Amino acid sequence: MKVRIGIPRTLAFYAFYPWWKGFLESLGLQPVVSAPTSRAILDAGVAAAVADACIPVKLYHGHVLNLQERVEYILVPRFVSVRRLETESFCPKFLGLPDMIREPDSRGPRLIDVRVDLAAGRRELLRVGREVGAVFGAGWPAVLHAYYRAGREMNRYRQLLQQRLTPPEALAVLEGAEPAPAEQGELCLAVMGYPYVLYDRFLNLDLLRRLRGQGVRVVTAEMVSPRQLRAEARRFPKNLFWHFSNQVLHAAAYYTRQQWVDGVIHVSSFGCGPDAMLGKMLELMTKRAEAKPFLTVLLDEHTGAGGLQTRLEAYVDMLKRRRGRL
Amino acid sequence: MKLSFPHFGYAQLAFRTLIEDLEHEAVMPPRPGKRTLDLGVRHSPEFICLPFKVVLGSYLETIEAGAEAGLAVGGIGPCRFGLYGLLQQAILQDLGYDFQLYIFEPPLTDIPDFIRKLHRLKPRWMSWRLLWRTIQKAFAQLEAIDQLERLAHQVRPFEVEKGSTRRAWQLALAGMAAARSREEIETAGHEGRQLLTAVEQDPERNPLRVGIVGEIYVVLESAVNFDLQTTLGEMGVSAQRSLWLSSWLRHNGLKAGEQDIRAAARPYLNEFVGGHGVNSIGETRLYAQAGYDGVIHLGPFSCLPEIVAKEILPRVSQDEGIPVMSIFVDEQTGRAGIQTRLEAFVDLLEHRRRNRKGSEQRNDCLFGH
Repeated sequence: MKVRIGIPRTLAFYAFYPWWKGFLESLGLQPVVSAPTSRAILDAGVAAAVADACIPVKLYHGHVLNLQERVEYILVPRFVSVRRLETESFCPKFLGLPDMIREPDSRGPRLIDVRVDLAAGRRELLRVGREVGAVFGAGWPAVLHAYYRAGREMNRYRQLLQQRLTPPEALAVLEGAEPAPAEQGELCLAVMGYPYVLYDRFLNLDLLRRLRGQGVRVVTAEMVSPRQLRAEARRFPKNLFWHFSNQVLHAAAYYTRQQWVDGVIHVSSFGCGPDAMLGKMLELMTKRAEAKPFLTVLLDEHTGAGGLQTRLEAYVDMLKRRRGRL
Repeated sequence: MKLSFPHFGYAQLAFRTLIEDLEHEAVMPPRPGKRTLDLGVRHSPEFICLPFKVVLGSYLETIEAGAEAGLAVGGIGPCRFGLYGLLQQAILQDLGYDFQLYIFEPPLTDIPDFIRKLHRLKPRWMSWRLLWRTIQKAFAQLEAIDQLERLAHQVRPFEVEKGSTRRAWQLALAGMAAARSREEIETAGHEGRQLLTAVEQDPERNPLRVGIVGEIYVVLESAVNFDLQTTLGEMGVSAQRSLWLSSWLRHNGLKAGEQDIRAAARPYLNEFVGGHGVNSIGETRLYAQAGYDGVIHLGPFSCLPEIVAKEILPRVSQDEGIPVMSIFVDEQTGRAGIQTRLEAFVDLLEHRRRNRKGSEQRNDCLFGH
């Protein structure tokens, strides 16, 4: 039987899963993704994590626990940086993640806490591959082969995102599903948020589908090309310190300048530190020259579907009326 | 130009000396109080950490008092502190204030920018050499203030008459506030030391020893931590900290931080997580090894690095056998609540010390939230 490697379905999952999947499968290992977020996973995470932690970190604890019984290893990478941009890194909670997860004397699966610091040099990703490969005794040729296959998978994934597929849709296409027909809608909204919040349908109460149900075409940060994001970064005197926050900030800067974008929604989760700053910046940004109506949706474990639906409907109605008037 | 700056412990005296030497008018921020917080909270994002709100409130108070520009420092993250100035400038602008913030990033990240800002602030006649000496003088005053405060905290648990150290410290501080030249700073430091050592002490006492670790602003600013260190001192507990603004600047202005503390933290957290997250872990271990009775871990609510530390500290506490109590403060925190928790913690430490005298058993441990 193949060795099973658990991958929690949250935090960096939607950004980098195809790379890990391609890499691990090429080494003859079996990646196992934790179940989609559920009430049970959330409750387990809330119980396991420190009270001050944000919902996504609590969920991460829950997803790790969800994998515990089913795998031999759990991949808990420490993301330090994934590109070179000023002092960009990740939220401190990403930086300390393996140390926060580690239990003193657990008899459960072993944690693979490889450090990913791609800003350190061009060969860094290969080094990450070697380190993970070494855990399973994979030789140099096998690692190199897996490295290239992972890169190909990741490129394909990125291309799909550029075709305006959301990460879950793109992942489904990689698994062999038919791509969904291009979206139509009378309004286009830029829905800004971290991948682990926007694509976790339990946490955000299926927010994207609720919007689509009201005739809205949704664009997200992943759909802006990395090149364009870098160009946007140069417009700021100082960028944020956190990768996902920069991604959202720069994508929002791009979308607010586009005529075809009718409004901006910021989806945030309770207790998110970077969002306290990012949210205010988005608010000030949309308020300036381009004047896009701005809505903040703050999610926590008690958010009710009824309240969310009402707010979204009111916002979309307002935009439709506004559009009719223009 | 009328220049202001955030309230930061007692460092404002040194900031004032520097600003006046640069021939600007210093607008002193009032000690942060309810009004500071009200102003700050009203205009800050809801989930930003407490220091942001206090600092923004401080700026707004000094703007009312006529300040035209402010001094601030940046940072390289990933702690939010490094972006304070940027966002506060944007918020003040949005509120319609014409208030320029001079944000000094760590010099080595952008040397030309650093020099440009200094150039704009220094008077034309002043040479760069003299500017350097002026900065050194202000730094000397900062160090003198820190030394006096450290001494006050050492004396306090031994004071015979409760409150006598507090009075001596106020006098010493008043002397320091009047000092401007190098000689005056030296004299004020000397007189302050005499005042503090003259406090009647009871050398027979063997006070509990508690180390204070955590986020720099909450640890240093007594207006935010409800005079925690002084309160403990007057309860007869020797409360010490290794975090001082002068030594912090010395270690972090140009260099990469306190290596011994980083090394102590390594088995638990081998990654810089910003702010003082790693320091909280490392210092807790060092305090345990130095035989301290307990550690109090301070941070502002929602602080990113300290949440990481808080999640790891229970293990450190368990392994090292030292009780740790985490206190996170925000604008809702009340003095009475802190007081009660301190008393309970001190009770526990006393109890623990008595029990340990009898038997050398493996000690029970507590981690409080």
